Amino acid sequence: MGKLRPGMATPLLAAVLAVAVTACGSGGGNGGAGASSGAAQPAEKIKLTVALFSDFHFAPLYEEFKKTHPNVEIVERRAQFNDHHKNLTTQLATGAGAADVEAVEAGYIATFTPLADKWYNLNDYGLGKRQGDYLDWKWKQGLSPDGSKLLGLGTDVGGLAMCYRTDLFKKAGLPTDREEVSKLWPTWEAYMEAGKKFVAAKVPGAKWFDGPGENFRAIVDQAPVGFYDEQNNLVAGTNADVKKAFDLSAQMVLADESAKLAAFSPPWNTGLTKGSFATIICPSWKTGSIKDAAPTTAGKWDVAAVPGGGGGNQGGTHLMAPKQGKHPKEAAELIDLLTNKDAQLKLFTDAGALPSIPALYDDPTITGFKNEFFSDAPTGKIFTDAAKALKPQHVGPKAGDVLTAFGNALQRVEQGKQSPEESWAQALKDLERIK
Amino acid sequence: MATRAPDNLAATPSLPPVRHRPRAYRRHLVHRLDVKVSPYAYVAPFFLLFCAFGLFPLAYTAWVSLHEWTLLSDVHEFVGLDNFVTLLGDDYFWNATFNTLSIGVLSTVPQLLLAIWLAHLLNRPLRTQTLFRVTLLLPNVTSVVAVVVIFSQLFGRDYGLINWVLSWFGVGVIDWNAGTATSHVAISVMIMWRWTGYNALIFLAAMQAVPRELYEAATIDGAGGMTQLRKITVPVIRPTIIFVVITSTIGAMQILAEPLLFGTYSPTGGPDRQYQTLSLFIYENFVKLDFGYASAVSWMMFLFIVVIAAVNYLLTRRTRGNLT
Repeated sequence: MGKLRPGMATPLLAAVLAVAVTACGSGGGNGGAGASSGAAQPAEKIKLTVALFSDFHFAPLYEEFKKTHPNVEIVERRAQFNDHHKNLTTQLATGAGAADVEAVEAGYIATFTPLADKWYNLNDYGLGKRQGDYLDWKWKQGLSPDGSKLLGLGTDVGGLAMCYRTDLFKKAGLPTDREEVSKLWPTWEAYMEAGKKFVAAKVPGAKWFDGPGENFRAIVDQAPVGFYDEQNNLVAGTNADVKKAFDLSAQMVLADESAKLAAFSPPWNTGLTKGSFATIICPSWKTGSIKDAAPTTAGKWDVAAVPGGGGGNQGGTHLMAPKQGKHPKEAAELIDLLTNKDAQLKLFTDAGALPSIPALYDDPTITGFKNEFFSDAPTGKIFTDAAKALKPQHVGPKAGDVLTAFGNALQRVEQGKQSPEESWAQALKDLERIK
Repeated sequence: MATRAPDNLAATPSLPPVRHRPRAYRRHLVHRLDVKVSPYAYVAPFFLLFCAFGLFPLAYTAWVSLHEWTLLSDVHEFVGLDNFVTLLGDDYFWNATFNTLSIGVLSTVPQLLLAIWLAHLLNRPLRTQTLFRVTLLLPNVTSVVAVVVIFSQLFGRDYGLINWVLSWFGVGVIDWNAGTATSHVAISVMIMWRWTGYNALIFLAAMQAVPRELYEAATIDGAGGMTQLRKITVPVIRPTIIFVVITSTIGAMQILAEPLLFGTYSPTGGPDRQYQTLSLFIYENFVKLDFGYASAVSWMMFLFIVVIAAVNYLLTRRTRGNLT
């Protein structure tokens, strides 16, 4: 027996070591699971992953892509908005886990374009030819800071309008016709006054708007300068327009106009369905979100002009290809297809995504488009008008974090925890922490 | 046979080893190695894994915490204890500490009392005993995400079930998420839902080892159910109680998923950080990619856990009964 035992110990030890080594190996390689494997030959089966932060209604476009690329399989994955962008940051920094095509929203685009060496230069794949299609400012947002590299191609822009519930307006004795409603609020101050009338009418279970954060964002977006100046200095704390937007939003909250629902939270979804608020700021893509989140409210909505006289961009997305991807050529071709004229036209009618190709603003499919869900509102005309009036604002590197700080500040006022002054002061302290 | 000699030698160690035969000596050496080294090989898997995933991260975190360390920058400047100095003066850190302790006490204390009581109820001949025991464990095997999502809806302000029930008793609309106390209660309820049954099963296992004669004697002496629980069960299962208290406390110190999901993914734990726990505070700095600071918070949290576990141990050790 003495002979047997040492014999057993050796393989056992080997097994132990093997387990430890594989455990480490799989731990380290875990993040890379999403990336496609091996250097592929052209005809070989290829898997492309596309990472998005909501349903972009891309599915029919993938099918179209597969017609010309039968060897490509496309896998889409979605994460919550903030998570998506945070994940992307870590994936780029650690060099593993990013998808072949990544969606980057306008609030984050300036965080990612300075990391030019982490992305494929789409100029190398012939996409520079698309420049003529695009709104100039949207094109520039996708360039590296020195302008030499093309890192992302735009999908949509977020021209602004105001969506409202005709049924609730009627109950409160306000006009319901979209022309007259637009006249109710030439300015945000007038919007607040109209809200006071609505609140005074005491429509059961309904407030004037969902929450102050998105209104604040819209007011800031309409200013010539937002949170950052052109040199990427954080000026949010000293910019009078930001302070004005904050004070105005806080006043609306104090006038009891807010339904106190944070945008895109589950209670907000419920509120949309149950009619907890009468108006909601509508970048064009949000017409799609409302339709997806509250399908039973069809016909109860309409769309009017945004207070503050048009202008302002909220959101909009770029598609980018991280250098971790093994199939840049196919990724670039997919990006090209997902952002071309036909795709943008289709995404407008399907998902309310306003094209970033200005030639389409005069396309009869768009100008004549009436949105059935929104009481046949001519959203094509409303949003293209907004897009034409749009004065783009420079978006700085940490605009998303800045917006979160102010959003929290307004919620503190909303929850009665702080006065607007105290809350503003704390928001400024939070800004100092943003590095 | 001569080749079997080393075996016999090992069996009777008083005999001197046979030194004149090199071959036998080698066998003897192998055997000695086997006896001395093999046990270490058998326990090695745990220690190897622990070093790789426990000890090394712990030490490396300490190293990172001494640096200005962000993910996107390749330069990691050594700053000594600066991160800890900043941390001790950081209101948000102390706020998170308070929240963690508050949620910890609110969830752990009722949870353990409830668990002992449940175990006591089950520690008697019952029909469908297994069914009851499995039921106890069900909340624990449910995904934490599912639990928090459902409970967040139950605790909803406008359309939540709990507010609806409370409205029958004339209680006004409670914004559970907004208040400090209310949000702590809501999160504690989620934790209790998941862990009470699990702890009850551990207590039950311990209770079944308590000698029946003690209860019989107590019954003859006229002691009721509660007295028996207090005077017999609790003192006898004291080691198990200490174990459960310490594991629950450590668990409570590390609460992350509940507040994160309760605030719909907001790492600040509500707009006023009213339910941001220490783990969530680490997570907030982690997603900001400020690894140096996040590591410093992690180490402070580690120290807190050590201190609290020690205090816990001392306190629970003092609840010594008369029996032991």
